[in-house]
Amino acid sequence: MSAGSGSLPRYIGQRVLLVIPMILILVTVVFLLLRVAPGDPVTAAVGGKLDPQAIALRRHQLGLDQPLYVQYFEYLKNVVTFNFGHTISDNRPIIDVIRDNGGATLTLTLGAFIFALAIGIPLGLIAGRMRDTAPDVVIRIFGVVTYAAPIFWTGLLLVILVAPTGWPTYDIASPETKFLVHPITHVLLLDCILQGNIPATLDVLQHHLLPCLTLGLLLCGVFIRLVRVNLLQSLQGDYVEAARARGVPEKFVIRRHAFRNALVPVITVIGLQVALTMAGAVLTEKTFNWPGLGNELVKYLEARDYNAVQGLVTFFAVVVIIVSVLVDIVNAMIDPRVRY
Amino acid sequence: MLKTLLAPFRNTSGLARWILVAGLVITAVFLVFAIFAPWIAPFGFNQVSANGHAFPKMAPPSSEHWLGTNDQFYDILSRVIWGARTEVIVVALSVALAVIVGVPLGLMSGFVGGWTDRTLVLLMDALYAFPSLLLAIVFAFLLQGPLGGGILAAALALTAIYIPQYFRVVRSTTVSAREATYVEAARAIGARNGTIMGRYLFGNVIQSVPVIGTLNAADAISTLAALGFLGLGIQPTQAAEWGYDLSRALDDAAAGIWWTALWPGLAIVLLVTGLTLVGEGLNETVNPTLRKRRLRDFVMPTREPSTTLARGEVEV
Repeated sequence: MSAGSGSLPRYIGQRVLLVIPMILILVTVVFLLLRVAPGDPVTAAVGGKLDPQAIALRRHQLGLDQPLYVQYFEYLKNVVTFNFGHTISDNRPIIDVIRDNGGATLTLTLGAFIFALAIGIPLGLIAGRMRDTAPDVVIRIFGVVTYAAPIFWTGLLLVILVAPTGWPTYDIASPETKFLVHPITHVLLLDCILQGNIPATLDVLQHHLLPCLTLGLLLCGVFIRLVRVNLLQSLQGDYVEAARARGVPEKFVIRRHAFRNALVPVITVIGLQVALTMAGAVLTEKTFNWPGLGNELVKYLEARDYNAVQGLVTFFAVVVIIVSVLVDIVNAMIDPRVRY
Repeated sequence: MLKTLLAPFRNTSGLARWILVAGLVITAVFLVFAIFAPWIAPFGFNQVSANGHAFPKMAPPSSEHWLGTNDQFYDILSRVIWGARTEVIVVALSVALAVIVGVPLGLMSGFVGGWTDRTLVLLMDALYAFPSLLLAIVFAFLLQGPLGGGILAAALALTAIYIPQYFRVVRSTTVSAREATYVEAARAIGARNGTIMGRYLFGNVIQSVPVIGTLNAADAISTLAALGFLGLGIQPTQAAEWGYDLSRALDDAAAGIWWTALWPGLAIVLLVTGLTLVGEGLNETVNPTLRKRRLRDFVMPTREPSTTLARGEVEV
């Protein structure tokens, strides 16, 4: 970063301004890929079901009969206002798909991060503290394997293990809960809490356990590795040596001086994991039949619905970029070194 | 030739060597599966009967079908072994294509500079920031139409997500090597740009490619399986693919049928881990800054011998 001054507002300004070309390029790439592709989107999605006149009419409604650059600027204008158009296969506004299903993806990913941090940080600290001993080796192998394992396989194994106990293994809630709780915020967990429905809340939480754990296991490997290496590095830092020289007991050296500094980079890495989490969420949702955006994306991929795929992929990409920037800003607030 | 091949071994010791060896052994086993699949696998990958009688549906492991059969009557052991062949072909194809496109592009972009460079960097950075699975999904979705759900479509979809990685690495090495004295010397004796790039820079920027290549290969296997799982990969009639088999196992899992899910997944984990270990092992040998330097431990002169400090271990 070329910024000479380390002022926070300036850093935030620069970071936010850089986002605009990034999003523009991504939106353009997705648009070009999906529109320049051979074949007619309408025929691909509903061909064989409608007669040629009806298809021509749908093409006209969707603006597909206009020149490419007209379509492009139309699309850009719509994206700015978060209007991603309509799906071709079932003619739903894509923003409605995002509203109705985004909540499930949101709670899934947040839950996954809670699991990843709750598992990853303690294991990383233990591994770093007990370097090159049996626990260290076991924890590191655990980290490698959970990261190497395809998320849907981890999910399948958990389902196979848990299904005999009667614990819910698919969907976000039981049919009763879905029937009783009416949408306010479109985030089911929040709606249950807002309506004070305790059995429904518990039901939704139960349903969250397996998918969040599955996605969390994928992410925890990264945290284990990171925390371990950082702890090893900070244990060699001058300030740790200084603390030891002052006669601070080893227990406090590790707890007060080394641990705390080993945890700072975790926030940066959360930002870097957003893309992985989004991809993981798509797969987790398909595994657990979770009614989130990923599952909708899969459904529309199968229907060969170009508009829906374009809208959802664009939305995913924009979310990833925005969240990354937010994490960068939080990071800059915490650690002044980032700004320079 | 043999000397260069063995260099990674000689340069490593201790844990790094074990990591490399373990990774190579695992990878070699799968390569053997891939090459000799027709002889090792008991049945064809889409064979549903042998000697006149049909295979049972979702049969548990038995003496006839060691790992059982799945819901499409296929023999799981055969699917796992044939699957290795599919993975190896797709991954080799995609990594090779990504290198062929990404390396020269990065070299040129870094050497020429200017507007071409800036535009390419912007484009590649945007692609790199994109969640790679989503990018692969988009490409697989598009290629499935014109190319059908075959090996080539899957390989091309993966190629698209790895090009930016080679581009970035090669470009940044080129930019820093461009001003080096040997390049200046080459220019002074009148070497043309093409010659400088091909003969002087290429050899220096290519060194990190094997490491990225193996790590990409590991990633490509997960991504291919993910595409298969989402129904965007290789069609079951064309080749055996582990991810597709796992998607078929989805409905059986809750019913307690474990053998359809366990084996293809285990194959993915092993191969990904094996390739990752090779990549990490290579990284330690190629990149000397990552090598662990061990100095001899020494004892601080204190009164109690118990407060010994082990020192001198540096890990980067």
